[in-house]
Amino acid sequence: MTTENIEQPKTDFILSEEQTMLRDTAKQFFSEQVPISNLRKLRDEESADGIDREVWKQASELGLAGILIPEAYGGTDFGITGMGLVMEEAGRTLAATPLFSSSILSTLIMLEAASENQKQSILPAIAAGEMIVAVALEESGHHNPAAISLSAEKKDGGLVLNGRKTFVLDGHIADKLIIVARSNGQKGDTNGLSLCLVDADAEGLKVSRSKMVDSRNSAEVTCENLTVSADMILGTTDDGAAPLESALDQARILLSAEILGGVNEVFERTLEYLKERKQFGVPIGSFQALRHRASAIFSEIEICKAVVTFALSQSDKKSNQIARLASLTKARLGEASTLVSNEGLQMHGGIGMTDDVDIGLFMKRARVQLQLLGDPSFHRERYARLNGY
Amino acid sequence: MSNLETFREETRAWLEENCPASMRTPMPDEEQPWGGRNPSYPNPDTKVWMERMAARGWTAPAWPTEYGGGGLTPEENKILQQELKRIDARPCLNSFGIWMLGPALLEFATEEQKQKYLPPIVRGEIRWCQGYSEPGSGSDLAGLQTKAEDMGDHYLVNGQKVWTSYADKADWIFCLVRTDTSVKHEGISFLLIDMETEGVDPRPIKLISGSSPFCETFLTDVKVPKENLVGELNKGWTIAKRLLEHERAMISGMNMGAGEASLGGMEELAKEVFGELDGMIAHPTLRDTVTKHKMDEEAFNLTLRRTGELAKAGHGIGAEASIFKFYGSEMNKRRFEILLELLGTNALTTEGEGHDQDVMDISPQWLRSKGNSIEGGTTEVQLNIIAKRVLDLPEGGQA
Repeated sequence: MTTENIEQPKTDFILSEEQTMLRDTAKQFFSEQVPISNLRKLRDEESADGIDREVWKQASELGLAGILIPEAYGGTDFGITGMGLVMEEAGRTLAATPLFSSSILSTLIMLEAASENQKQSILPAIAAGEMIVAVALEESGHHNPAAISLSAEKKDGGLVLNGRKTFVLDGHIADKLIIVARSNGQKGDTNGLSLCLVDADAEGLKVSRSKMVDSRNSAEVTCENLTVSADMILGTTDDGAAPLESALDQARILLSAEILGGVNEVFERTLEYLKERKQFGVPIGSFQALRHRASAIFSEIEICKAVVTFALSQSDKKSNQIARLASLTKARLGEASTLVSNEGLQMHGGIGMTDDVDIGLFMKRARVQLQLLGDPSFHRERYARLNGY
Repeated sequence: MSNLETFREETRAWLEENCPASMRTPMPDEEQPWGGRNPSYPNPDTKVWMERMAARGWTAPAWPTEYGGGGLTPEENKILQQELKRIDARPCLNSFGIWMLGPALLEFATEEQKQKYLPPIVRGEIRWCQGYSEPGSGSDLAGLQTKAEDMGDHYLVNGQKVWTSYADKADWIFCLVRTDTSVKHEGISFLLIDMETEGVDPRPIKLISGSSPFCETFLTDVKVPKENLVGELNKGWTIAKRLLEHERAMISGMNMGAGEASLGGMEELAKEVFGELDGMIAHPTLRDTVTKHKMDEEAFNLTLRRTGELAKAGHGIGAEASIFKFYGSEMNKRRFEILLELLGTNALTTEGEGHDQDVMDISPQWLRSKGNSIEGGTTEVQLNIIAKRVLDLPEGGQA
């Protein structure tokens, strides 16, 4: 018997020193290099790309584009929690970069589904920020992977795609797209999906930019007899649903971390305003009607922090609860960001209605984030189903 | 094998041998182990179980051994709780002395007072109640008027306390009294009073749930020895606040899962009442209501775990207790509203042929839950505390 045998502490909620450093690096990068003025500039100058390529290059040089990618493929391999911390900081400044579309969503699908050869040919370029890969998933105004009906007809060992996709993040600036298509079964079936990697300039592929309320990139994608060769199918034909779902769950948790960053930022700005703004000769934050609402919001945010942090750490631990936790997290953060952006605007009063003040930008972003990969009612229903009620 | 593993093995073996079989079954309310001078033991095993645990100091496992406690480290205490849970052991002693007064005495009392008051608490020999609120001082607790006059060799106490839990069954009361009428917070002292002293008169109050767990306690010319003052004269508010933090932590964890326990989970109940459709609760809107609540509970539990981990790692916890009190008590109230909705008129029936007692037991608990957001500082007081101490919002606005 020895006294040196100490139990390993459980660390579901506490950051390692390495993770704290990563967060500090990200905080500095986004606040200095990609402040909200960056998004305003892209919007007001009607930037063709909708992102600042120079900023994306700098982010990639810092290693941010390859956080989820193992070192063997040129990534920095900081894990899901590491990426979550970066997303939280990105959410605070509304940073418009392909971080979510390419370095999270596409990367996770590649990691879950792709063959060794496919990973080697794509992941290093994503990690270096040299290639942007977008995912064409949605077909209607609501997230619903099971309802995918873009048809994939089997031909010569490959597939021929026909159909339309919408809300494709960073679609018009992507070098390649991962198109989720139905190669088996019918609309509504969970299985029968195939993940197809195609070049942006492939024949039969049409990508057109759409404009979103949050001024971030989105596109409509049309496939007309688009040929996908066998080696461009990620994983196995018809078996794309399982790896896709696993990737989506991790992406939902990471997106929730970005939402948390925005929620924190809005609340901190609102608190400052409550302390500064005077009416009836006193700061409006001294009025109990507002104090109570601010305190209730604070409590809600504390709960959100716990939920997001836990979901991130469980993703890193490959817990078998990820699907449930992803839905718990995405639903909660969607609801919280609606509450906090609405209250933030109301507490700012008239000035909150002006474009000069950033609150409105956070509110618009919050609603797009809420829809992305499932709104609260989608995830409540899914949580209930996964729990057997 | 590590010390902790040895501790676990020994604890498991000891509990196996010493926890009576009937103490591993669900506990009827009348068998609650409150101890005290005039204890009631409808089941004699309750006494055996309490005394065996008390002999090891395990009624207060984390308290120092010199005051009768178990002297366990946090890790050992956690193992003890896990092993108790493993065998579904009933609590060995319910005690406001352990939950509320003890921690305050450990922090503020003199060595002599600790020696005098703590060991009988651990042994379950003295049952305490709390004399805080007064008819005129609820949320504005510091406005309390019960007066303790310095008569030279004793204090003479006059006034009225209210919401004193189980005062009619308690042996002693810890009281906030006014010792200086010229100032507010700085004129309050913390006094311990034997309920058998002449002039102490507790009267039960009947509540909406039909039970009477609370009393109003009249104090008329009560002579209290001067050595019963805890801490310095007029410094009682500091002790009061600390004690309230313990109370809030206790209330926010209270009742969680109670009520449903005998009925199965809320989700099972919903399936039973409304049936299943493809394995789902067949009533779609109530299914969503149940789901929202289950998500709230999971999220709140994660928040408690996070705070626990942060506290263990040395990050402070203070005003956070207000978040738990606020959110936990509001959530508990919602839970009982949902149970009522699920059970319909069956839960509103208090007596009737063919009615299930477990279901009829819900309505008193539902009514009781309404007090969760009032006692120990109302929801509104908790929100004020967060605004002031955490958010640092300015005060003084009237509009």
